[in-house]
Amino acid sequence: MSRIQGQKGVQGIIIVNAEGIPIKTTMDNSTTVQYAGLIHQLVMKARSTIRDVDPQNDLTFLRIRSKKNEIMIAPGKRTILLQTLLQRGLQ
Amino acid sequence: MPVPTTVKSKKPPGAGLKVAKPASKKKDEEEGVDQGDGWDEWAQGKALIKPPDQLELTEEELKEEFTKILTANNPHAPQNIARYSFKERSYKPISSVDQMAVHFVLEGNLIHVDSEEARRQRARQDQTDEKPAAEAEAEPDEEIPENPVIEETSEIVDAAAAEDAEEAEVLGEEERPDSVEAQIGKKEQKVTNQFNFSERASQTLNNPLRERSCQTEPPPRCNFSATANQWVIYDAYLEELEKQEKNKDKQKTFSAKKEEDKLKKNKMVTETQSDDVTKVVKVVKIFERMVNQNTFDDIAQDFKYFEDASDEFREQEGTLLPLWKFQYDKAKRLSVTALCWNKSYQDLFAVGMGSYDFSKQGHGMLLLYTLKNSTCPEFVYPTSSGIMCLHIHDRLSHLVAVGFYDGCVAVFDLKAEEGGAAQPAFKSTAKAGKHTDPVWQVRWQNDDMDNNHNFYSISSDGRVVSWTLIKNELVFSDVIKLSLEGALPECLEVVEQPSVACGTSFDFHPKIDFLFLVGTEEGKIHKCSKAYSSQFLETYQAHNMAVDAVKWNQFHPKVFLSCSSDWTVKIWDHTIRTPMFTFDLNSAVGDVAWSPYSSTVFAAVTTDGKVHVFDLSINKYEAICQQPVVAKKKTKLTHIEFNPIHPIIVVGDDRGYVTCFKLSPNLRKKPKEKKGQEVPKGPEVEEAKMEKLLSLLREPDYNSV
Repeated sequence: MSRIQGQKGVQGIIIVNAEGIPIKTTMDNSTTVQYAGLIHQLVMKARSTIRDVDPQNDLTFLRIRSKKNEIMIAPGKRTILLQTLLQRGLQ
Repeated sequence: MPVPTTVKSKKPPGAGLKVAKPASKKKDEEEGVDQGDGWDEWAQGKALIKPPDQLELTEEELKEEFTKILTANNPHAPQNIARYSFKERSYKPISSVDQMAVHFVLEGNLIHVDSEEARRQRARQDQTDEKPAAEAEAEPDEEIPENPVIEETSEIVDAAAAEDAEEAEVLGEEERPDSVEAQIGKKEQKVTNQFNFSERASQTLNNPLRERSCQTEPPPRCNFSATANQWVIYDAYLEELEKQEKNKDKQKTFSAKKEEDKLKKNKMVTETQSDDVTKVVKVVKIFERMVNQNTFDDIAQDFKYFEDASDEFREQEGTLLPLWKFQYDKAKRLSVTALCWNKSYQDLFAVGMGSYDFSKQGHGMLLLYTLKNSTCPEFVYPTSSGIMCLHIHDRLSHLVAVGFYDGCVAVFDLKAEEGGAAQPAFKSTAKAGKHTDPVWQVRWQNDDMDNNHNFYSISSDGRVVSWTLIKNELVFSDVIKLSLEGALPECLEVVEQPSVACGTSFDFHPKIDFLFLVGTEEGKIHKCSKAYSSQFLETYQAHNMAVDAVKWNQFHPKVFLSCSSDWTVKIWDHTIRTPMFTFDLNSAVGDVAWSPYSSTVFAAVTTDGKVHVFDLSINKYEAICQQPVVAKKKTKLTHIEFNPIHPIIVVGDDRGYVTCFKLSPNLRKKPKEKKGQEVPKGPEVEEAKMEKLLSLLREPDYNSV
């Protein structure tokens, strides 16, 4: 965790459980809640899509590149859904 | 049948009675009244019933006598019968008319005892059962007294007589069915005896039908709704399967593991506690790699796609493009003492950390890096002693054999303990034949006949030892003991040195299983066989200082390479005692390695921080690439390894850094082209298909030329 946080360009990390509730965060409260809620929905949708195509498959990683930054999401097992958001300014 | 006889016999006495006078008859009547007291009593039951119209006669009229005469003439008999007489041809009255009148006829069923029929009847009855036979015996007895009765009745036309006859008739009838029944019984025995047979039947009590009903509380209801996707169903099935398997396991182990239950519970508790961490670990790992991919995007691109364009303008020389640099903070003070690529995972390699400074020995460390994450090693195994060498099993890439400075050898199992307290799976002990000096090289060998894994190690104590992994033990056996005696007659200069030679490196022949080379501290190279432990097959006077590495060529079966601290690298044909090539690198050579893609390319690292890459097919005298690769001038390079697939090398130095370089096209492509050109020249010499082998087999030609 600290290693990741130490990387250059990483703005923050949020860990969210399966219900979409943030467990651990390095960002401020309001952005954490906002990200957690929105990203959770997105991940569930994405995962459902992948699983529906092939039930044996699973979503392991999701990265969203935007104009300003990038969000990286790594969903974990059923019990704990880990979402970590990495934002990185694009050169 | 007996009837006619009886009738005839009656007639004469009957006629006699009829002749009696009326007077006597009257007397008879009176006498009968007087005499028959017994009769009176008998007759009283039958009181005379007078018909109402009976004439009342006076005494006189009663006393009046009427004379009645009994004659033998039948009053009803015709008296004027005329019949035609054929004799006289005229009708004539018949004088004699039959006067017989028949008043009563009874056919008897009695048979005479002596008659034929009676005998037949007896014979029949004897065959049937005894009871009827007894009756048959009684019958003839009755026959005799009965006969007169019947005679009487037929003679006298009397009421009393008629009654008697009737009685007899009844008796006869009573007996009759008996015999008939006996006859039937004889013919059909199945018919039930209708005298003593009684049909019995009973009816059991029928259970009365009852109806009972009760009402339960209705089960609770609730509404449930969900959308079932394909994957939801799939997951549900998987869970079910897991449950079933668990149940099976439980049933199997239930009896055996009652005692261990407590331990298990404890474990469960710890597991659940650590669950949070372990589950996150995998995701975090992915994440770290992704972040690294982002940050080192350019390097990854270089690794995959960049080819140095300037190579085309240079004739022969190539360059090394630095890629990732691996370092681990905790291993900063240590130097890289061993490098080994993983054969099955090409991005993974192991680094052994220790120290070559023998005054500063301390702990060591086994690190496994992946190219995907240059910032931190995948696995870290701290060790108490410095690591001097290591080797990853070719097929079982999770097994890493390690040799330590203190003489121990150990095997680490990467699968067993991931991130846990890192202890080697196997470790040699002082009891189990460990080396007494630093272990300089370990090498996995093919499994033995019992499919046990085994590896070899060489140490400065002069022993080459084979280690076999049996269960959880390392079993050792000395393969060869390096002594100077064998070499003594050849080199007298080492007489003053200890009688035990110090092995520093060895290498096994890639194709010939038993053949291997041993480099010693004295600078000699011995060609040995696993079969002969007492003597060397050959000894080469190779170097003036310790041999740092010997390597067989991976393509050509005869060629090997050696390097030494005496600044030289030499190439040998093992059938010839003198070196084929000698290269002076102007600095102590730490390590040398053949390339996996070409039989003529090898690389060497020197203590002055340079990497030298040679291609014999291009230049037999100079390196085609000679490049300093360290930041500080004092840093010494210690080891080098080619990646088995990708055109990259890793180089370790004595500061604990491992650097990855990409070989420029000139260092790897040209040789192929060169060979392509050469191939047409030499096909008459070789039939082998591998062009690398082809090119190298011609090497002796070069040398001879």
